[in-house]
Amino acid sequence: MNAQTLRQNGGVVALIAILLFNAAFTPNFLQLQTLFVNISQVATIAIVAMGMTLVIATGGIDLSVGAIMALSGAMAPLIFQSEFGTAYPALGLTAAFVFPLIVACMCGLFNGALISVLRVQPIIATLILFISGRGIAQVLTNGNLQTFKNPAFSYLGTGKVLGLPFQGWLALAIAVVLFWVVKRTSFGRYLLAVGGNEKAAQLSGGPVKTVKIGAYVICAFLSGIAGLIVVAINSASDAARNGNLMELDAIAAAVVGGALLQGGRAPIFGAILGAIIIQLVKYTLLANGVEDEVALIAKAFIIVLAVYVQQARKE
Amino acid sequence: MQPLVSMHGINKAFSGVPALQSASLEVAPGEVHGLIGQNGAGKSTFIKVLTGVYRRDAGTVQFDGHDSTVTCPRDAQATGIATIYQELNLVPLRSVTENVTLGYEPKRMGVLIDWPKAHRRTREILSRFGIDIDVRAPLGSYSTAIQQLVAIARAVSLDAKLVIMDEPTSSLDANEVETLFGVIRGLRDAGVSVLYVSHFLDELFAVCDRVTIMRDGQTVGTRNIGETSKLGLIADMLGRNPEDIEAAGMTEFGGGQAKLGEILLEAKGVSTGNRLLEFDLTVHRGEIVGLGGLLGAGRTEAARAIFGVDALTKGAMTFKGAPSAPANPSDAINEGIGFLTEDRKAEGIVPDMSVRENLTLALLPKLTKNGQIDRAQEKELVEGYIKSLGIKTADMDQPIRELSGGNQQKVLLARWLATEPDLLILDEPTRGVDVGAKLEIQAIIRDYVDKGFGVVLISSEFEELVEGADRIVVLQDGYSVSELQNPGITENALVKAIAHHYEREAAE
Repeated sequence: MNAQTLRQNGGVVALIAILLFNAAFTPNFLQLQTLFVNISQVATIAIVAMGMTLVIATGGIDLSVGAIMALSGAMAPLIFQSEFGTAYPALGLTAAFVFPLIVACMCGLFNGALISVLRVQPIIATLILFISGRGIAQVLTNGNLQTFKNPAFSYLGTGKVLGLPFQGWLALAIAVVLFWVVKRTSFGRYLLAVGGNEKAAQLSGGPVKTVKIGAYVICAFLSGIAGLIVVAINSASDAARNGNLMELDAIAAAVVGGALLQGGRAPIFGAILGAIIIQLVKYTLLANGVEDEVALIAKAFIIVLAVYVQQARKE
Repeated sequence: MQPLVSMHGINKAFSGVPALQSASLEVAPGEVHGLIGQNGAGKSTFIKVLTGVYRRDAGTVQFDGHDSTVTCPRDAQATGIATIYQELNLVPLRSVTENVTLGYEPKRMGVLIDWPKAHRRTREILSRFGIDIDVRAPLGSYSTAIQQLVAIARAVSLDAKLVIMDEPTSSLDANEVETLFGVIRGLRDAGVSVLYVSHFLDELFAVCDRVTIMRDGQTVGTRNIGETSKLGLIADMLGRNPEDIEAAGMTEFGGGQAKLGEILLEAKGVSTGNRLLEFDLTVHRGEIVGLGGLLGAGRTEAARAIFGVDALTKGAMTFKGAPSAPANPSDAINEGIGFLTEDRKAEGIVPDMSVRENLTLALLPKLTKNGQIDRAQEKELVEGYIKSLGIKTADMDQPIRELSGGNQQKVLLARWLATEPDLLILDEPTRGVDVGAKLEIQAIIRDYVDKGFGVVLISSEFEELVEGADRIVVLQDGYSVSELQNPGITENALVKAIAHHYEREAAE
């Protein structure tokens, strides 16, 4: 294999290397249970990373994803445990999905409007909700851990379809839809054009503002879904921890998956690959008794490596 | 005499495709040496091999009598090779001084920059070029022309033995070109060699001693400028007979047809701020209207006003008989206006996207059904344009950045032709494009106008305007000041109109 193909398929090679390492050294790695654990963990990272990939494709960044997860996650139990929710379980359940996601989309709209209309730098614009979003979530829940028993809602995080975790299938379905959006729709085309050369896109009649806002709304919407999944997995909502540091995992997964921070590329399945690699590295280290803090360092190392491989594309 | 630069048998291939095939070049000390060739002939690659940006696959490079060991641009600078690239490599937000002295700042006590000395040295360097500006101001606050001269000043200040200039005049006006030529002659007299890459043949005759011609990655030959002619050089570049070219004429515009259609666009007293103050223009169907004027006269601003990029502060426009006030490019495109921008790299191509995606960018709304792009229709359309415009690309999914400048320009032209606009604005459509592609582009434009559409042509090349436009509107300092009608316009008449000082009404 020559250097060119190695660079282009670095992610896949890394994944195979990690899998081989685990098969050889990690006890009980080749168990179905391991697969379930990893799929249910990776799904949330992957879902958020795909949204992040779209935002990065426009040349932006979204730091507020973790806070939006906390916000939507905090709202859901409040709704289905409210008087209304207990009186009309079906309606309450629907509302527990719909309202948090609407709020998430509005967060995205807020981010997008700041960035494309008021021309605030993405890192600053999304910092606002990064800080305040989690705060709002904690205010809503009075800072309490909300536990609940609601099998219908928990299906989102614990259900199985064809023997595999539901959220894994959900992530896959989202990937297929987004892949189609990027490859086949004019929104996807404009998304890449805006990231590749915003001026050229605008002078060719591209709806630059709408496209940017769209990317942030989709990213926020997906973060909202991820927030609900985390709450469903735990049967509890902890506004202080839900989605904590998710922005870093999502950015890392997107970059490892081949997104360029200057924009113009949106590798959707790359984001999933990146999420899997990050999750597996975390798992490998934990399963082999390496401490959490060291795992963070390993994660940083992967990001450096991914960026290095991207840079080496020259010549 | 021993040559300063001696390159022989240079080969370089990019992923298997040869860009240079046993190319050679010799530059004598204290000589101004021209390097010409069509786009894609390998000039840029050749220079980048010399300056260490690319590693050669084969061949020898000698500089100043020694085998060159240059492996990166910084090395090149250290051995005495200074390069001014087509795209300026400067920092617009920092001061002129910082840009000129970047990396070579005079130091005090080892670490602190000696600012008074740095400013003084910068002023000294710039004064040799006849530039007197505030060196503390950010570079970006000056015109492109000044920025270009600053880049040259920086290069020269680094005690270069060889200065490479890649299309240095493409954004300079006539006076600034003269200043530059003065500087080049000064360098030559001081024993510094200049390697001068340009598409403008007139410039070669004005300033070069010898010219090396390249074609298809090979060196065709080196000519003494006194012993050749413009036609001879073009023939060398194209690999054709001089007689054939003469028979066909230099450009294929052949302007001056009189069968005008109805009025397509009318602009009256248009202003968009202090760069475009009062602009009148009428374009008929079947007509190419040229906009003439110096750099900064308001030609590009006029185009931006018509295309809805800049909002009008005064005046009004009608298009196809109805009032027109596009709020953005998308409106203008819907009305039937296209705008090929001047700066291909910054405002035209999306470099990482394919030829196909670049070509259909302005057409997307029409190619889309229920949000989904009609791929079959898109492919068919792109294939058609690649064929009809003779775009040289491996296939339609090749990234556009891998194409030569001329072919990129053709793709962008196709982007606008595909929207089938009634009015097409072309801002420097043949800048940085080789002679062959230029003729083709001009023929395409004439063809388009003959179908009953209108064209507004902006060009800094007088020849292109005079031969290409049916009528020329001359701008000066943001005002449209006069109008020339073809047939009968000569280059001299145009220069006279541009240079003439017009009195403006006291009310303005």
